[in-house]
Amino acid sequence: ICDFLCIKNTRGLRSQLKDSVPVTGLGTQIGAYGVQDTLRSGFSSVKNELLPSHALELSEKNFQLNQDKMNFSTLRNIQGLHAPLKLQMEYRAARQIQRLPFLQSSHLALDTLKGNDESISFEDILNDPAQSEMMGEPHIMVEYKLGLM
Amino acid sequence: MLNTSRPCQPQSGGFSFENSRRNAVLEGNLSELGYSSPKARKTGTTIAGIVFKDGVILGADTRATDDMVVADKNCMKIHYIAPNIYCCGAGVAADAEVTTQMMSSNVELHSLSTGRPPLVVTVTRQLKQMLFRYQGHIGSSLIVGGVDVTGAHLYSVYPHGSYDKLPFLTMGSGAGPAISIFEDRFRPNMELEDAKQLVRDAIVAGIFCDLGSGSNVDLCIITQAGVQYLRAYDQPAQKGKKEGQYKYKPGTTAVLTKTVTPLPLDIVDESVQLMDTQ
Repeated sequence: ICDFLCIKNTRGLRSQLKDSVPVTGLGTQIGAYGVQDTLRSGFSSVKNELLPSHALELSEKNFQLNQDKMNFSTLRNIQGLHAPLKLQMEYRAARQIQRLPFLQSSHLALDTLKGNDESISFEDILNDPAQSEMMGEPHIMVEYKLGLM
Repeated sequence: MLNTSRPCQPQSGGFSFENSRRNAVLEGNLSELGYSSPKARKTGTTIAGIVFKDGVILGADTRATDDMVVADKNCMKIHYIAPNIYCCGAGVAADAEVTTQMMSSNVELHSLSTGRPPLVVTVTRQLKQMLFRYQGHIGSSLIVGGVDVTGAHLYSVYPHGSYDKLPFLTMGSGAGPAISIFEDRFRPNMELEDAKQLVRDAIVAGIFCDLGSGSNVDLCIITQAGVQYLRAYDQPAQKGKKEGQYKYKPGTTAVLTKTVTPLPLDIVDESVQLMDTQ
């Protein structure tokens, strides 16, 4: 199992990119026949898919996942395999307590388990999803969640 | 319209990088035409901190600059974090303000959950972890000082996330002049009045020797007993009073020649209106 302890952080962003969760996110949606889906996601350009537009874009996208991985591996080293397994089971259960995808859910149980209820960061101040002017398209979001799309 | 890249997934909070590509293109176009895009307002500061016998003294000037124009003549650069911890902020003004407010909230939540008064190291650790996460894009340099159960501490945190623990610190554009005063006259375990004078002198050196700092000196004295926030402790940069009258007396200038040109006027119309004088 990979060891994500803090020794790696000194090398900067490159090392995080190498060891972190692989990102398919910068690319566009793949539609039928393995070709880019122009109807749903607009025109594409190679530059947009390959390079992030801001230095922090990739690292911010993966930040929470990487933190979790690091914490779980530390916990496994200290307390044994059962500790991260139990925690991940609880996270999975708490993640299911939510409304339909296009509605705003509070994620109260998940936040309490993760400890997000005791800290304030930019996720809480900026770009609050509850205040966003756009709502997701209900049918598409439910189809995506159920895996029909 | 903006969210077509991710129509299926629910939105999350935090920073959004959707417009950064557009902004880069706009900046490129502007620089081709010879204009420059508007810059974030920096504080162009002198901030200083010192550990003395009973605690910590933080000092700051009060000028905020917008490139080469003074944007605010009397801004507050010493921010509240906890009842026993204060923080001076330099760098981009908005970043320093938001960072210190977030730290204050986090420290309050943390101390409520542990049930203990906050430590200065807690603030420093949270600050440096957050600033490192954003790789220096949040341009705020901070001096954190306070007195907690373990004693008096003073830390400085740089925008990229490094920190220093020292008995005296200065930051901002006027850090050079200020640190020279400290290096010359600092001694460990100074008395309150000497320490106040030293910090005041360091900030005044920054005010007079650095263009980005000016106006008044603010001091914040933190001891075990409590906090004293001295706003406008000293105002070294006031306009001087004029010594005398600089206007000339009438008759000072001699009259050499006088020419009179009468303007001929013809009477065109004459009418009389009786006034009611009762």
